[in-house]
Amino acid sequence: MCLAIPGKIMEIDGDLAKVDFGDGTAREVNSSLVDVKVGQYVIVHAGFAIEILDENAAKETLKLWDEILER
Amino acid sequence: MSQLMKFRDKPTADKIIKKLASMDLNLTLMHVCGTHQDTIVKYGLDDLLKKHGVRIRQGPGCPVCVTTTSEIEMALELAKKGKTIVTFGDMLRVPGLKESLNDARSQGAKVRIVYSITDAVNLAKKTDDDIVFVAIGFETTAPSTAITLLKDPPKNFFVLSFHRYLPPALNALLGMGELKLQGIIEPGHVSTIIGMNAYEGVSSKYSIPQVIAGFEPLDVLMAVYMIAKQIHVSESIVENEYKRVVKKEGNLKALKAISEVFEPKDAKWRGFPKISLSKMAIKKEFESFDAEKQWADELKSIINNEFTEPKGCECHRVLRGLVEPKECTLFGETCNPNHPIGPCMVSIEGSCNIEYRYRRIIR
Repeated sequence: MCLAIPGKIMEIDGDLAKVDFGDGTAREVNSSLVDVKVGQYVIVHAGFAIEILDENAAKETLKLWDEILER
Repeated sequence: MSQLMKFRDKPTADKIIKKLASMDLNLTLMHVCGTHQDTIVKYGLDDLLKKHGVRIRQGPGCPVCVTTTSEIEMALELAKKGKTIVTFGDMLRVPGLKESLNDARSQGAKVRIVYSITDAVNLAKKTDDDIVFVAIGFETTAPSTAITLLKDPPKNFFVLSFHRYLPPALNALLGMGELKLQGIIEPGHVSTIIGMNAYEGVSSKYSIPQVIAGFEPLDVLMAVYMIAKQIHVSESIVENEYKRVVKKEGNLKALKAISEVFEPKDAKWRGFPKISLSKMAIKKEFESFDAEKQWADELKSIINNEFTEPKGCECHRVLRGLVEPKECTLFGETCNPNHPIGPCMVSIEGSCNIEYRYRRIIR
């Protein structure tokens, strides 16, 4: 139930956004729970974008892990 | 997106395992999410971690599984009264007292599967029939129901709310004290909504480390390592491994929608006694959409009824982390995904279903 998958915002029209999930799969989702811009990645659950996927935070996490694990 | 593949990087996994191996661990951890269980079993992380002294059990983290027989019976009753029941796919096969929603459908009841509550609203717009959306899920799913009710849906659209708050279940589980746990891996997408603060009370009350984790294999391994490090320095705090999605404060818009539409009330969960303030009841302002209020007379006898678990089914103990699916004598024999005895075998988020899908022994 809590499965949510990342996708990229292609278009926004009011509360709705067209999200590209890759491999040619696109779907209209409700984006009213997030302040999102075209081109950003979101996490989508049951037809609703529930959060923005922060690419910079992902990079920082990986960098931090490298440091911790090399110690 | 290629960034995400780095969260499956084998050399990094090896480094984490090496760190864990050097710590001489003897830990029992719990997570409360079907998607975590899927990652753990799919990538064989449980067997790998066991070799280094870390055992992981799935707790009550499967909304379909914790839904009670009485709630299934409520949906069945409304289906029999001619309402159109609309819900997520897994719910159809959960056995009620004598039958499932799927069985009712085969006998002519109107039961529909949807991907999103939005599909249910669209269905209501096209018909005069009463459409009852059976709403399950934790804080991850509840905002979609809340937003829908706030946007003035059609008058023939109703919600039977079985939404639940997750933190009360953590408190109940730790309070029962049946299983000695040294740490909890918290679900990334519930935490996306509720943030980190929601878990603070649990850590301070029970002195237990908690780490919010994402769903790639490295997310889970790293969460285990973060818990192990906390134990090593005698800490019990809430940490966030899934920073690329989860914010400290959660999703404030979603939390606001939940609190506008729902209020907490005591409720039974499968496998648990009544858990205080754990169910999302629809507030009075929205009662014209509340199926439980609209058909209160029809549902009254069911709500107050106590139902027993299916004979021999260990789902209730699996949900408390006390047994593993394979310890159930029905597992893989009389109980399998084609013929599930209990909801832990029905739901793709249930421990038994996941175990069967990835590690079924061909007899």
